[in-house]
Amino acid sequence: MEYINLVFEEIYKILFLLVPVLVSVAMIVWLDRRVWAFVQKRQGPNVVGPFGLLQSLADALKYIFKEIIIPASSNKIIFILAPIITMTLALIAWAVIPFGEEKVLANINVGILYIFAVSSLGVYGIIMGGWASNSKYPFLGSIRSAAQMVSYEVSIGIIIINVLLCVGSLNLSDIVLAQQNIWFIIPLFPMFVIFFISALAETNRPPFDLPEAEAELVAGYQTEYSGMMYAMFWLGEYANILLMCALGSILFLGGWLSPIDLYPFNLIPGAIWLILKILLLFVLFALVKAVVPRYRYDQLMRLGWKIFLPLSLTYVVLTASYLFYFNLLPTI
Amino acid sequence: MVAHAIFFYVFSIIAVISAIMVTVSKNTVHSVFFLILDFISISCLFIMIGAEFLGMIMLIVYVGAVAVLFLFVVMMLNVAQQKNKWFNSETTSSAHIPVGLIISTIIFFELIIVVGGWKYKPELSDQNTTKISNEISNTHSLGQILYTDYIHIFQISGMILLIAMIGAIVLTFRQRDGVKTQSYLKQISRERSEGIEVLEVPSNKGVKIDD
Repeated sequence: MEYINLVFEEIYKILFLLVPVLVSVAMIVWLDRRVWAFVQKRQGPNVVGPFGLLQSLADALKYIFKEIIIPASSNKIIFILAPIITMTLALIAWAVIPFGEEKVLANINVGILYIFAVSSLGVYGIIMGGWASNSKYPFLGSIRSAAQMVSYEVSIGIIIINVLLCVGSLNLSDIVLAQQNIWFIIPLFPMFVIFFISALAETNRPPFDLPEAEAELVAGYQTEYSGMMYAMFWLGEYANILLMCALGSILFLGGWLSPIDLYPFNLIPGAIWLILKILLLFVLFALVKAVVPRYRYDQLMRLGWKIFLPLSLTYVVLTASYLFYFNLLPTI
Repeated sequence: MVAHAIFFYVFSIIAVISAIMVTVSKNTVHSVFFLILDFISISCLFIMIGAEFLGMIMLIVYVGAVAVLFLFVVMMLNVAQQKNKWFNSETTSSAHIPVGLIISTIIFFELIIVVGGWKYKPELSDQNTTKISNEISNTHSLGQILYTDYIHIFQISGMILLIAMIGAIVLTFRQRDGVKTQSYLKQISRERSEGIEVLEVPSNKGVKIDD
């Protein structure tokens, strides 16, 4: 009986995390379109609900009632599995994100590695979708995406090593607590910039949205998808973007810590600060989408392998030497 | 402990079944997907015995990078259409079976030797030169062993990997003639004054443009 209660308690916790994440994914789609529209001096979605806030719900309703079309020549099992995998992987990574001290679903020792592993698995949803569609555009899109995501993972991994050198632990809560004196964005500012750009590439956001470049590939790996399966790809994509924003704010912007450790700011709970930081990063993501033209593919690869990789490796050496010389290396 | 045992059996059954499916499935791409499932369930087993660092690294390296390249190659070569002739003993398959049998026999005997050694001389498994303490996480303890006692072996394996990488690049690299490459510096440093030239064009004569 005790065991069953424990299981139910965990399920409540998971629901308490996942439902807000899903709702905020819907809201973030609205925010993305709004920011994009304002940059271009348009109104954006503003009809459904106050300020158009319910637009995403209306869209979701539309997707639910649309027919799911499975192409006759597709590989059916993998075709159906692909959006499920994308969405599942985007959601399970949230288990280790700390919203405050002890306010985390799974406080595991290797939290940062877990997020890195899950986000590197995210490429499978795209490859499977592209291959199973058995059609030219999705296949080209998924091949592009595989190469792109593997390339930018390397630089994200090395940036994470930079942060880990300063922290001395793979636990996400420890990473946040290590920033009580100074946020890592100040000593590691170049790494933050590279992390931000790599996160754009990792989540297939513009200007690196070549897997779904509509001018060349219709919609890339999503071309053959319709109805709820398409919506699941979408949700997974935006959940991944939110996750990358959360990771960026935990690694560089001090997670749940308040910017100033003084009286009025202390009262605001840490979760609010984390959400504000995630939103700040997301608005930056949306602005980049609106103001930067799309990269060409060879330039994208060049940026990843010839510029970001050497830069971040050099910074690892610099950080390590600095910490070693001034005897600042973290102790266990 | 019951839950632990249940999870162990679930993951190991998935691992064994997917390992079998890698070899018997007809479609090559399906084989790779089963291989990925195998990797994932084995990394779950690693995590269950408390080696969370190894499990995660297994996920990142094998599933996140190596298997993606496998898939990439299998999809690009389009071998999916070729049917796997494992069961019908026609021309190709009979040549592979003796080699496969030899390899699997060797691995089987190696396993017997290792496990038998543990069974009959239990002190063999305690021959570790470095003891891992339970007070620090296994990431820390791995780092403490890897970069102190085994630094030379670690460095040598890194060197071997580097040489293998260089070898792979040398083998696949071809110098092709007539390939136009861009110089980004040249493109960026171009100015309008030198990019455009305004000419008076005399009628019926034209101008000569040297390129």
